[in-house]
Amino acid sequence: MEIFRPQSRRNILSSSSDAVSVPTIPLYRSAPSLDVRLEEFESFAIDRLRVLKGISDGMSRGKKPEEMENLVKDLWKVNMRQQHASEVLHKDIISHFALRLVYCRTEDLRKWFLSMESALFRYRFRLLKNAEAQRAVMEEFDLPYRAVSNVEFESIKEKLGQVARSTGQPLPTADAIFYKVPFEEVPELVAGRKVLISQGYAYVAMNQIVSLVATLFRSQLSKTLILTNRKWTSSIREQEKHRLTPIVEAMCSSYLGPDYSQSREYADISLKDIDQVAKSSFPLCMRHLFDKLKEDHHLKHGGRMQLGLFLKGVGLNLDDALAFWRAEFSKKVGLEKFEKQYAYGIRHNYGKEGKRTDYSPYSCTKIISSTPGTGDHHGCPYRHFSEENLRAALGRMGVNSRAMEDVIDKARNRHYQLACTLTFEALHGMPCDAGINHPNQYFSDSRKILQSKA
Amino acid sequence: MIPQQESDFNLNHLKLYYGKLFPFADLCRWVSYGNDANHPGCDQSYMGRREFSFTLVDDIYLRFQSFNNVHELENSVKEKSPVKIDIGPVYSVDPAKRYAYAQSENNVFTPVERELIFDIDMTDYDDVRYCCSGADVCLVCWPLMTIAIKVIDTALRDDFGFKHVLWVYSGRRGVHCWVCDGKARRLSNEQRGAIADYFRVYKGNENSHKKVSLTGAALHPFLATSYTNVLKDYFEKNLLTGQNLLATEERYEKILSMIPDESIASELRGRWQDGRRSSSAKEDINVVRWEQLKQLLQSGKHKAQGLRRCVEEIVFCFTYPRLDMEVSKHMNHLLKAPFCVHPKTGRVCVPIDPSRCDEFDPTTVPTLSQLIEELNYESSRSDVDGELNRTSLGNAITLFRSSFLQPLLKACKSCLEVTSIDTIKRWNVHSTVELSRSILTLIFSYNCNRSSGERKELA
Ligand code: SF4
Ligand SMILES: [Zn+2]
Repeated sequence: MEIFRPQSRRNILSSSSDAVSVPTIPLYRSAPSLDVRLEEFESFAIDRLRVLKGISDGMSRGKKPEEMENLVKDLWKVNMRQQHASEVLHKDIISHFALRLVYCRTEDLRKWFLSMESALFRYRFRLLKNAEAQRAVMEEFDLPYRAVSNVEFESIKEKLGQVARSTGQPLPTADAIFYKVPFEEVPELVAGRKVLISQGYAYVAMNQIVSLVATLFRSQLSKTLILTNRKWTSSIREQEKHRLTPIVEAMCSSYLGPDYSQSREYADISLKDIDQVAKSSFPLCMRHLFDKLKEDHHLKHGGRMQLGLFLKGVGLNLDDALAFWRAEFSKKVGLEKFEKQYAYGIRHNYGKEGKRTDYSPYSCTKIISSTPGTGDHHGCPYRHFSEENLRAALGRMGVNSRAMEDVIDKARNRHYQLACTLTFEALHGMPCDAGINHPNQYFSDSRKILQSKA
Repeated sequence: MIPQQESDFNLNHLKLYYGKLFPFADLCRWVSYGNDANHPGCDQSYMGRREFSFTLVDDIYLRFQSFNNVHELENSVKEKSPVKIDIGPVYSVDPAKRYAYAQSENNVFTPVERELIFDIDMTDYDDVRYCCSGADVCLVCWPLMTIAIKVIDTALRDDFGFKHVLWVYSGRRGVHCWVCDGKARRLSNEQRGAIADYFRVYKGNENSHKKVSLTGAALHPFLATSYTNVLKDYFEKNLLTGQNLLATEERYEKILSMIPDESIASELRGRWQDGRRSSSAKEDINVVRWEQLKQLLQSGKHKAQGLRRCVEEIVFCFTYPRLDMEVSKHMNHLLKAPFCVHPKTGRVCVPIDPSRCDEFDPTTVPTLSQLIEELNYESSRSDVDGELNRTSLGNAITLFRSSFLQPLLKACKSCLEVTSIDTIKRWNVHSTVELSRSILTLIFSYNCNRSSGERKELA
């Protein structure tokens, strides 16, 4: 077990934990001075990542604010649970700072992390519900804004009422608190014309304050991410080459679902059912490879790997796999050439040749980030197909025209896995709340539904 | 109509224009924002970090040009005779040397300042003007631009508190707006987007202007003020009759289709179809029909939500400014410099006084050939004042100076004087950033020596 030893050993967290534990939200302004175990560093980070990925999924599904609030509440409860309140806080902070390191490294990563962390913050703030707790967070931000004075309130009361009516809010009462804030600090409220703006100031009502603190949170985080990135490239990456760097570099692309490398249902499908099963339960990426293989009696390396490992994951044993590939390839290259050139690769996938490593089936993330060239058929169709081809392929799968538009829309907006999830839902007539993260998950979820129907 | 005056654009004339008339010094004083003075608060590198780009004849496009002072700019323009000069953002480093910086580990080539800009083009109004279409404009449709200037200018000043707003005729069929306050120049893309969205009333995607949807029990004060102070009057007193919005079946059908209540629409249709002119034949048919429509929709028995709002929606649809959102939302968009000559019309992109924008007439804007003629004529007479004053460009330049440049530079000067104090304040704000950075010290036990790159950003 490795421990990071900070120079200073003040333990801020333990001292604060004996106070009555008010559920509050850290602003992650200062790093905790405490020992972090390497495995905690990683596992806490992964748990938080599950929360963030859940939020990302919810947002791209277009969930409403109230639904998001519940989603965040659940995600947080499930993934961040610890025995004591102080440990939750501890985990909260460690995991945030760990992910900060993971996600500081490129513009895209920063952007994603920034919007997910800001959303998380926003909903946690909303979930505080009681005004006291909210004000406590505001105080920590040290907001330099004053509430609007009575005199000023009287002079703009009418316009404030107009804004309230235009947004369907109740009219401000005489004791309502408004903050006068430079309009730049509440871009969201400006964009939606949710506030009165006059002479450069936005008049923000108490119940809109979440937008203000979320914006502040976001801009602070944005700055620190850039600084962290500089530090990362200038020293940490090199210095932590053997310890943190591998963890950090693997994490952002890590697939968080179950491991499909060892199918529990080995021999679950056999050669004779494979055509039928491919039709009913393969995700589009695999279905496409499967169809192309049947059509051309050949697949290039990338395609053989993607489909081969998938088939291993769904439970096709080595003998069946060899028979399957042999049947197709021999039609094109002849039996002899197949045994000489291709059989090795298949055994290799099953760990029977070469280094004898057991290769895991590819996750969606991996497939989506692959770069198929000409003549290649691997990759994720939602990403790698033209819109026209994607439409045709979905049509062949049996996606109806109404669902089709949703799917195409998601794909267009680069939510590939979501597009796949919607396809799954359309074809099975059942929701798939977890979303599709792995072709083998698509397969097993599909089998489950079809078997329960049968 | 302003005819397409291809012939009016002549490269030799353009050379003469750049040689004798183009106000290089004013342009540079503007984009230097006072940093060209000798005050200790001045940033001498400021002008040199601004991107200019030139379009040469034959569509050769030179981006990322930069100039340290007016002489460099003037020499380059005179040498290359660009048919168009665009102004881009101020970057963190000299844009001409961006490759050198891109190779360093931290890619520091990024826009840091940019005027908040708006681009309004008549082609976006093609579905609400019947006088001309596409690239043409005339005095019947130009009021649409006047409305845009009034609405946007008022909100920029009254709502957002900006003071230095420059409006420029685009040379053919639209107007450009430059908001130049320091605060505006430093807005982030997100903040720019928020302002652009504040101005947006058209539903659907950004490029569709077809549908205006006003929901809610009241209009936001900004929209309400725009409506009562500008839109309503221009619609009823100008566009309604100018564009004959209700004169023919095709045209009134378009408006009837915006009424959600089918029975009211068909009642009006019934009245208008038999062509029977009510009351007096002297009254304009558009006005008569509009009054009937209003009366039906706003009468007591149709108090229903949405129906009363419907009159407003129609007015908004036919008058409200249509902005090219993308231009305003991003710092690195380019926009044509004032005083360029439009290569198709030959007209000079002259400033427009927003307080007198209803007097602006695009058909009398000086053209290149006209200016050259004046120059030739005048030079045969005794040489008294500078060349400028003797041509019709003089007024435009006087306007630029008196209503825009002078107040701007005055504000810049007093702003530069407090810069040093400001810098100290900003250092303090950033101390919270320093704190979060200590994660690296604390968790990983590293010494954080602030690199020079960071210092630059913080300062
Ligand atoms: S989202 Fe995943 S399962 Fe679906 S097609 Fe793409 S890679 Fe295959
Ligand atoms: Zn016209």
